[in-house]
Amino acid sequence: MTAASGDETGGSAAGYMGEPGADGRFGEFGGMFVPETLVPACQELDRAFRSAWGDPAFRGELDRLLHSYAGRPSPITECENLSQELGLRLLLKREDLNHTGSHKINNVLGQALLAQRMGKTSLVAETGAGQHGVATATAAALFGMDCVVYMGTVDIARQELNVFRMRLLGAEVRAAESGSRTLKDAVNEAMRHWVAVADTTHYCLGSVMGPHPYPWMVREFQRIIGAEARRQCAEILDGSVPDVVVAAVGGGSNAAGIFAGFADTSARLVGVEPAGGAAVGRAVPGIVHGSRSYLMQDEWGQVLEAQSISAGLDYPGVGPEHSHLAVTGRAVYEQVTDAEVIEAFSLLSRTEGIIPALECAHALAWVSRSRAELAGLTVLLNLSGRGDKDVDQMMGILG
Amino acid sequence: MIAANPATAGSGADTSGPWGRLEQALRDRRGAGRKCLVPYLTGGLGNDWLQTVSAVAAAGADAIEIGIPFSDPVMDGTVIQQANDRALAEGATPQSILAAVRGAAADIGVPTAVMTYVNIAHHMGYERFAASLADATVNGCILPDLPLEEVGEWSGCAAAAGVETVLLAAPTASDERLRSICARARGFVYGVGLMGITGVRSELAASATATAARLKAVTDRPVLVGVGVGTPAQAAEVCETADGAVVGSAIVTRMLDGGGPEGVAELVSEFRTAIDAAHG
Repeated sequence: MTAASGDETGGSAAGYMGEPGADGRFGEFGGMFVPETLVPACQELDRAFRSAWGDPAFRGELDRLLHSYAGRPSPITECENLSQELGLRLLLKREDLNHTGSHKINNVLGQALLAQRMGKTSLVAETGAGQHGVATATAAALFGMDCVVYMGTVDIARQELNVFRMRLLGAEVRAAESGSRTLKDAVNEAMRHWVAVADTTHYCLGSVMGPHPYPWMVREFQRIIGAEARRQCAEILDGSVPDVVVAAVGGGSNAAGIFAGFADTSARLVGVEPAGGAAVGRAVPGIVHGSRSYLMQDEWGQVLEAQSISAGLDYPGVGPEHSHLAVTGRAVYEQVTDAEVIEAFSLLSRTEGIIPALECAHALAWVSRSRAELAGLTVLLNLSGRGDKDVDQMMGILG
Repeated sequence: MIAANPATAGSGADTSGPWGRLEQALRDRRGAGRKCLVPYLTGGLGNDWLQTVSAVAAAGADAIEIGIPFSDPVMDGTVIQQANDRALAEGATPQSILAAVRGAAADIGVPTAVMTYVNIAHHMGYERFAASLADATVNGCILPDLPLEEVGEWSGCAAAAGVETVLLAAPTASDERLRSICARARGFVYGVGLMGITGVRSELAASATATAARLKAVTDRPVLVGVGVGTPAQAAEVCETADGAVVGSAIVTRMLDGGGPEGVAELVSEFRTAIDAAHG
């Protein structure tokens, strides 16, 4: 296998993971399903992002921040111990080493810089586990912006440390008390907040979901993961690409970011969902939070609550581009159980001295389970975050 | 998908009937020199919600919006969110609500419109959902998270079933966009009173009147304003410019407080009286 060289940031030759067009469609998925009152804000954002993304000065400033503030490029670690144990060649893209401990910083630095360019003075965000909330609060502190983060009361109770971090960073954390009081309800509250203050406030959405242009814009801000990994793999693999690129999928931003670097190659793309939050696995389309995509819902179309050991994957929907990649077969989506995730969490800690976030432990759980099938292959896994935030929860489980 | 050449006031489809039953009723009311009152009630909320619908009709509603609860009502404030959650917990489904409305059509007597979110229609399938509204004798439909760019597929199915698709118009929309919305809307044009979610405010927002005036300037279709119209005085005030008012959270608050059919009807009478006194 030989990697195509050169273009690391543009659209792909195969037509995957390029620009979705003005109507924000990825095949039959995507769109802009928001109340009329939010349409102008979404359209303004679409125009602003197009202009910024084509502006070398904006790109240069973002690259500078990603380097000097977030610590990019993140390295690739070759896992010699675990590779031997699994009988395959495992490479980790180390997004856990970024400032704030996950890939979320890539997106929020891009959006905060864009918000500043648009003349906005405040950010509003939703968060589940708290990683995106912490990243947004961090960017707000850096840019001197006000910041409000909505978080379900259920998540506030189980992620106390991140709530404290956000407050320490100067953000106001507001409880989302409606519905299931988790991530999906935090998104509802953030959208309700945004509609009233869109002239001064940018909604810093944390994943490749929501109305156009978010799924596209967030993927582009996360594309840096795949672009770097493509270059790094070419060095490690003598110009080749990995056989398999695997990442965990909740909303799907870390997966979209790494897939974007390999969509036009022969690499097999694998997204891993929690069994209790498998929107793609169930394959029922729906419309919520601004776009049409696969969505967990009951027989009447009421959105269901996802169930996962990882609060970051506790989302009943999935980014629309993932639904498109699934339908077209360019990527496949697998499901793993909480028990498999717990095992993978321990496995990486023990064999490589890396404690992964529970989110990316999903990806490793699939690799571990599929070791026979993957024997002898090169597998690139997006290690999207570090596990410090999960240690307390795992102490309760593993004793 | 969107009319490239939006209809302007006094031309095109905007002024050529025949209208659907909902729009005809509102046009008749306006033609008689009166203003329109359209209360919103959450379907399936409490055991007596259907009696409340009939009582509200008898109390002077020109048409009634019946909410089909949705798990994620992103345009609604705390009152309607709570009503949604409670109705869902009590087992309300689109089917149970529509079956009840069909059974009570004779008692209700005035046109009805269903208000829900697009996923409810999408999940059932647009064609089937439109047919089930028509079968339940529901005249109109409001899907607030289906903006102009996305409404085409649904409104085609609705029109084929004889269901009038009411469209929302925001204070921030350009005149050109308002024209396109008015050309596309059926039943009435729903002017959103403010940039925000449903709920009662202490004062009527300036944007409510301004939006009504901008809409009236570009369309002959009935223009009703809702969102942030929470008291009889505010309803009367917005009707100085608009053809009528949609009142939701104030009514639903009375439902949640256990006002029952009589209590809710009494509140609707207060709105009716205030509007008629100012614009009789």
